Amino acid sequence: MVVATENMTSSSVEEQKIWQILQEVKDPEIPVLSIVDLGIVRSVHYLPSNSGEPGVSKRDGRGEVTITPTYSGCPAMDVIRMDIRLKLLEHGYKNITVQQSLSPAWTTDWITEEGKRKLKEFGIAPPNPKQQFCTSEMFKEEAVQCPFCNSYHTKQVSRFGSTACKAVYHCDNCKENFDYFKCH
Amino acid sequence: MNAPNLFQYCLHLADNVLILSQRNSEWCGHGPVLEQDIAITNISLDLLGQARNMYQYAAALYNKLSEEEKSAVEFLVPRPWKIFGRELTEDDLAFLRDERQYLNLLLVELPKGDWALTILRQFFFSAFQIIFYQQLQQREDAQLSAIAEKSLKEVAYHLRWSSEWVVRMGDGTDESNRRIRNALDELWSFTGEMFLPSTYELQVADEGFGVNVALLKETWLQKVSEVFAEARLKVPQQDETSGKSWVQSGGKEGSHTEYLGYILTDMQYLQRTFPDSVW
Ligand SMILES: [Zn+2]
Repeated sequence: MVVATENMTSSSVEEQKIWQILQEVKDPEIPVLSIVDLGIVRSVHYLPSNSGEPGVSKRDGRGEVTITPTYSGCPAMDVIRMDIRLKLLEHGYKNITVQQSLSPAWTTDWITEEGKRKLKEFGIAPPNPKQQFCTSEMFKEEAVQCPFCNSYHTKQVSRFGSTACKAVYHCDNCKENFDYFKCH
Repeated sequence: MNAPNLFQYCLHLADNVLILSQRNSEWCGHGPVLEQDIAITNISLDLLGQARNMYQYAAALYNKLSEEEKSAVEFLVPRPWKIFGRELTEDDLAFLRDERQYLNLLLVELPKGDWALTILRQFFFSAFQIIFYQQLQQREDAQLSAIAEKSLKEVAYHLRWSSEWVVRMGDGTDESNRRIRNALDELWSFTGEMFLPSTYELQVADEGFGVNVALLKETWLQKVSEVFAEARLKVPQQDETSGKSWVQSGGKEGSHTEYLGYILTDMQYLQRTFPDSVW
């Protein structure tokens, strides 16, 4: 089955390229992060066209990108879905469908190290590793490091911030308020 | 598996969260302080997301039913949709069903009241949701289990936030304590419906796809008692002679309080006026 093998190889090459392109698709609410940094792209599958006719590009095949929402009601998901298709279209991929999967549920542990670095640079405290704080227990405070001065002398102002994924903190050291990308 | 029952079950679950989401969103711009305004509207958004996942699944289930099965759930399908000549969608289910076709708990449709009433209701409902989703996640249906898994993390947050507020108000000033006790009087008789299974819930539970809510009551009461103890509130006692307390019910079968009609009028206005319009 030489044909099948060839197909598989070129399919994974195209998939690699698509992963690269998806690095250019940004989270509309935190534009320094790509959707790959954020860990919401779960899989990329691509079946290149193999008709062998002149003028048919490998990119005429069919692709499927699977994403998972950060929060159930995240309004950015519809925008992201559209952005994925547009960005891939710019690179010549015409037949791309975007699927959504809910399980396994997204966790902040899927944000890449690169993503956490970018968050901090942007002035958002990156999530702590997932731990006992993701519970329903009352009045538990997490030690969150200030993204500006690195102090741990911070306190929570509000458990909910400008978007569902963030909480608002205040730094007692440099007196700045900042967003914390809360562990989830 | 009885698909029409499962469809009805999904509608019930979706309606609960959609209506509570709509109620909570009435606080947008009216919260007691900015941070709490944002908190309650974020909770609203999470609930809306859960509702969308459920309606999408319900619509997908419906579109795959046989003609015979479809006629079994005819009474739940939005009438205006039939003239569109296309498959059923999540929006049709949310925006075009009538009051009697809604299957939500009465608890979630009650007016938002004051802050005490809103947070106490959220607490009762979140405490229910967390044990409910934990069970649903273990059941047979892959999509319902995935929705439960996703929602659980959000609900843990809602429960924590609302528990803290119940304590803050119960163990706060005389005024906050008076208000939360009033809210308790108002809401308690509506909590029992959460644990009174309807026929379709029981059938779906028997098939291993749903949860028998009657079995969740003990755990729920435990959670409520824990938080109430810290809040210096008393869990209302059952009637001593009959051993039962009065329970308001009917929502799961489509018999609602007068309040539901008003929410729907508000929420459905656009799709009723411009049917099948899109952004
Ligand atoms: Zn600082």
